[in-house]
Amino acid sequence: MSEHLTIYPIIVHLLTAILLLLSWMNPKIQRYISIIGSVLGIIIGGLLFNKVWTEGIQSVQLGNWDAPFGISMVADTLAVSLIVLTNIVALAVSIYSTKNMVSSRLKFGYYAIFHFLIMGLSGAFITGDLFSLYVWFEVIIISSFVLLTIGGRAIQIEGAVKYFTLNMLSSIIFLTAIAMVYGTTGSLNMAELSRIIPEIENKGLIQTISLIFFIGFGVKSGVFPLYFWLPASYHTPPAAVSALFAGLLTKVGIYAMIRVFTLLFPLGELNQMILMIVAGFTIFFGGIGALVQKDLQRVFSYLIICHIGFMVGGLSLFTQVAIVGAVMYMFHDIIVKATLFMISGVMYRIFGNTKLEKMGGLMDSHPRLSFLFAIPMFALVGVPPLSGFWPKVSLFTASYTQGEMFMLIMFIFASLITLVIIAKVWNNTFSKNKLPAERRKGFKYFDEFSFSEKAAYIVPILLLVGFTLYYSFFAEHFQLVAERIGEELMNTEHYYNAVFGIKEGTKL
Amino acid sequence: MEILLAIMTGILYAAGIYLILRRSLVKLIIGIVILGNGVNLLIFLMGGLVKGRPPLIQEDSNALVGLYADPVPQALILTAIVISFGLQSFAIVLIKRAYKVLKTDDIDTMNKTDDIT
Repeated sequence: MSEHLTIYPIIVHLLTAILLLLSWMNPKIQRYISIIGSVLGIIIGGLLFNKVWTEGIQSVQLGNWDAPFGISMVADTLAVSLIVLTNIVALAVSIYSTKNMVSSRLKFGYYAIFHFLIMGLSGAFITGDLFSLYVWFEVIIISSFVLLTIGGRAIQIEGAVKYFTLNMLSSIIFLTAIAMVYGTTGSLNMAELSRIIPEIENKGLIQTISLIFFIGFGVKSGVFPLYFWLPASYHTPPAAVSALFAGLLTKVGIYAMIRVFTLLFPLGELNQMILMIVAGFTIFFGGIGALVQKDLQRVFSYLIICHIGFMVGGLSLFTQVAIVGAVMYMFHDIIVKATLFMISGVMYRIFGNTKLEKMGGLMDSHPRLSFLFAIPMFALVGVPPLSGFWPKVSLFTASYTQGEMFMLIMFIFASLITLVIIAKVWNNTFSKNKLPAERRKGFKYFDEFSFSEKAAYIVPILLLVGFTLYYSFFAEHFQLVAERIGEELMNTEHYYNAVFGIKEGTKL
Repeated sequence: MEILLAIMTGILYAAGIYLILRRSLVKLIIGIVILGNGVNLLIFLMGGLVKGRPPLIQEDSNALVGLYADPVPQALILTAIVISFGLQSFAIVLIKRAYKVLKTDDIDTMNKTDDIT
């Protein structure tokens, strides 16, 4: 049983989703099933993490077809860490959704699709096969389409059209790259490909394929100039869905990028330069975009893009220190971005809308909530000792020691512009005096909520803020994990040996 | 045959991208469908074309001998077709819905989500 632990994170969410489909018309039970499923997900993720941490990379050959003929599922430290984080965000979102999503939406299968989405994410993280990665990506996008459109407000549909078109296009580009890889190498197993690709004579072709992969994943992760679908769609669904998307969907693109550009196509000089320029522009345009927006959720959407630049930039430097920084930034970003969108949902309930100019006075009216909301915002800026600070140490060190001044300047620019943006948000929501606004009729404000409704909004934020604080004050734990990930990613033989069941001479 | 298929793939890609760049929602979906077919053809082509040699093991041997058609691309295409079928049916429902609530099929007028308000 325990040798198949690797695929349990997928199975637990699959079973939860099936159970939820069976209780289709009963939203009350659905809420409990979903929360229990997410808790189980965290437990299984933790067990798997523990196993990988103590015993090294785990792999399972599905259907008992030996690698490279079957589909391998490989759990290395990067994959399991992301699975644990995914499940933590899933738990928070599933608690948050109990009150944030109205029953009519739950009756259209919100929770079932939600768990299919988490299943797709877990699958994408642990698969060791390129085509299977494509299939998991499709599972993710089809679930996200439904989550995005559920409810069917006009603005949601419009955002969904944009989201749909570009994500569909990126899948097609990704599939094109897979076809070309198969045509040149005759294999789709990532571990085997890591050995075949360096031996191929035609370097130009390999270069081309790697860039097609970059475009495919670039659309998904929202890098410059492929990000326009993101700010057009992320603010349209309810806050619970936005939080899930913001925390996880762009990160799976980054994960795929890290995987492909370390294992299959280790970055050469040209690719490094391309990634670096793209990362720089992503930071710049994301930051500028966030600065001009006047709606809280749109500001946060652009901030997602801005901070994607940190991860792509870290990858582009392509040293162990930089990868450690990028991975640590990803851990921090997943949690904090999900928290921010949940906060925007609470603010929507407090003020009746999310326009910055119509907010204000939160510090006077809700001092304790303001303090809670301040933590993730400061963490985002990277105020020491909060979580945003620690990855930047690695990223700045790596770019400085390598003499990549462009990247260093862009990293500093990103930190500063984030500070400016958060200060703007702070001024508009927390400290500015509130204008006497008319209260919307038929709209339930936060102050009118019962205790359990308030708890459903605040408990998940507390959970994630607690995790942020843990990251902040015990950053050495994350640093250790990230260093091991960096070591595993830069030395691909660990991955290869795990898939092909070769005993390692030296333990990690 | 390879050259013919390669040209065909190119035409499908070009036509698909052209249609995606048009302003009409319906043409957008048709473009995506055509691009999807182009990819499937590309996978098929990349597996190498072998005429009249199915990958079947003869009764008197226990391994494939000689030249045979690669079965993997066909499995891949089958999966890709099923997935794109599902996505396309979703897309068609989506554009129908979009036309109903937004009362337009002109993509250029769909800029409400990008407004700075």
